[in-house]
Amino acid sequence: MPTNPVRATLVKLVVGAAGMFLFALFVMPPLYDVFCEVTGIGGKTGSAYQVSEAGVDTSRTVKVQFVATNNGAMPWEFTPKVYEVRVHPGEPTEAIFYAKNRTNRAMVAQAIPNVTPFGAAEYFHKTECFCFNQQPLDAGSDADLPLVFIVDRDLPKAINTITLSYTLFDVTDRVDGAVAQLN
Amino acid sequence: MAHGPAKGIGRWLFTTNHKDIGTLYLWFSFAMFLLGGSFAMIIRAELFEPGMQIIRPEFFNQMTTMHGLVMVFGAIMPAFVGLANWMIPMMIGAPDMALPRMNNLSFWILPFAFALMASTLFMEGGAPNFGWTFYAPLSTTYAPDTVNFFIFAVHIMGASSIMGSINIIATVLNMRAPGMTLMKMPMFVWTWLITAFLLIAVMPVLAGAVTMMLMDINFGTSFFDAAGGGDPVLFQHVFWFFGHPEVYIIILPAFGVISHIIPTFSRKPLFGYSSMVYATASIAFLSFIVWAHHMFLVGMPIGGELYFMYATMLIAIPTAAKVFNWISTMFRGSMTFETPMLFAIAFVILFTIGGFTGVMVAIAPADVQYHDSYFVVAHFHYVMVAGAVFSGTAAVYYWLPKWCGRMYDESMAKVQFWVSFVGFNVTFFPQHFLGLAGMPRRYADYALQFSDWNMVSSIGAFMYGASQLLFLFIVIRTIRSGTPVSEPKVWEGAEGLEWTLATPVPYHTFSTPPEVK
Repeated sequence: MPTNPVRATLVKLVVGAAGMFLFALFVMPPLYDVFCEVTGIGGKTGSAYQVSEAGVDTSRTVKVQFVATNNGAMPWEFTPKVYEVRVHPGEPTEAIFYAKNRTNRAMVAQAIPNVTPFGAAEYFHKTECFCFNQQPLDAGSDADLPLVFIVDRDLPKAINTITLSYTLFDVTDRVDGAVAQLN
Repeated sequence: MAHGPAKGIGRWLFTTNHKDIGTLYLWFSFAMFLLGGSFAMIIRAELFEPGMQIIRPEFFNQMTTMHGLVMVFGAIMPAFVGLANWMIPMMIGAPDMALPRMNNLSFWILPFAFALMASTLFMEGGAPNFGWTFYAPLSTTYAPDTVNFFIFAVHIMGASSIMGSINIIATVLNMRAPGMTLMKMPMFVWTWLITAFLLIAVMPVLAGAVTMMLMDINFGTSFFDAAGGGDPVLFQHVFWFFGHPEVYIIILPAFGVISHIIPTFSRKPLFGYSSMVYATASIAFLSFIVWAHHMFLVGMPIGGELYFMYATMLIAIPTAAKVFNWISTMFRGSMTFETPMLFAIAFVILFTIGGFTGVMVAIAPADVQYHDSYFVVAHFHYVMVAGAVFSGTAAVYYWLPKWCGRMYDESMAKVQFWVSFVGFNVTFFPQHFLGLAGMPRRYADYALQFSDWNMVSSIGAFMYGASQLLFLFIVIRTIRSGTPVSEPKVWEGAEGLEWTLATPVPYHTFSTPPEVK
């Protein structure tokens, strides 16, 4: 029996449809992340940065503002201790955020950073950040959350102010055992 | 010759006949059209006056969401699949669809999908209330529990569409009559072939999007949840990568229908056939590279905004080629104005208005004003209703006499046309003004200055709704007691293989393929 042309078309189309499904599920999300990372759009900052020996550019001063927001019904108190600093590019600077768990149960939080303007995201490096880890806090306890950052010397001349925003999410439900560890 | 249709309900449940399945699709889509339409009537009744009059805001949100979902996926898409089932085998000289049993399956899973979706209206928490675009996290973190029913309904419906498309492509590529080359295919077949490829490319992406939602909601992943490292904006990209081709999936078969009706009643062949084919293909290609024009306000870099703006405006060129071709077809033709032609001409005019407002919202800086306002609502109803629905209505008036061997009542049909035409414009034209004045879409209430135009719009909507009941009446009356017609060419100017068949069309046609010269 010769090969059935209808069946051949059918097989090709089914494979095509299945391929598009897998593309949406397994290619589009990572591709989007890579795209945002490469172009710096979306304001996402990178992970821990290795300090280089480029030195400090004292001829230039950049204003860095801090914003802290609670997502949705997150009940913690969350605020930067200093709202604004002036730094020289290349100079490691520390900033402290303050968080207090105002509830009567242990909770775990995750802070998600975002940098505005988006063009500054790839020039804003963090050598140490509380956002690299989840933050567990016992009922009623508080903590100072440290952040060390460096503004890159190559920051475009047009950018004089960078706003770093943290949004605090309640992730207690999604980390099994994290709360138990506290006690 | 073989047997006729089986008797009783079994005929419809187990049928593999393309005409039966086409009929099922058409009736199903009309039922969904009335359901989605009744949601629209509730919306317009609530918006008749400012303040909350009839329903609660939570229910209003469910109504706007369900109206959109039911109309797009339940009414418009199955209507054109039904027309494809009926007409494609007859137009290309094939005895049936290539995969008749899959055809049966692809129809019969649809009622389950929509039963699943509509059942959420009666559940605790209510129906989906996050808009038909179901943006995360509104549709994940903040959604009612019934969102899972919605997700499975979308999966089933997507499977149905994909099977339907596979069937159409397999039929068109393998079963054309000897001598019918691709460039001799009727326009409706061409537009559906291209649409079917679009469907196969993007329905799986929609399935992927809802699968990611399902996993975010139930299995602790974070595709769209910033707390776990995901990104809600990713959802919008994935959704519109499906969503923009989707709007062409809806409109391309409508273009095909119009490209048959206008030549018939102008008594001239379609002007610029090959440019029509290339324009259709260009529109389909462009539809994949413009999706982010729905997202100008998410915070895109200026380069991205410019790219998506120019790419979107580019679509106006092939679309304009089509409009000019239709006008050129009519130019110096010996035109008559039977109801299908009236709907087709109204389509050309109103679709062009919708196309122009489309170019307006494509202008990124201006879109800041138009975005999520009633201007957008007016724009897409001009292309979806005056585009797809008018074209579907035209198709039914045009082909119904051929299908059932009975002519509809011309004067009643003309009344139906004028009531729809006036009702439609009274409903949606003022919404342009409302949008420009700043009225946001999807709200259950509005500021006092919007009262007058909203009242006008609601009156128009009731008029348009009533005209659809008249349409139902006319169709039933035609089938039961219309004047019999028996000439193969029901319309003297009609051309094509389908018009060489007997009227009414026999249950089995083209058992031996015709020769196309």
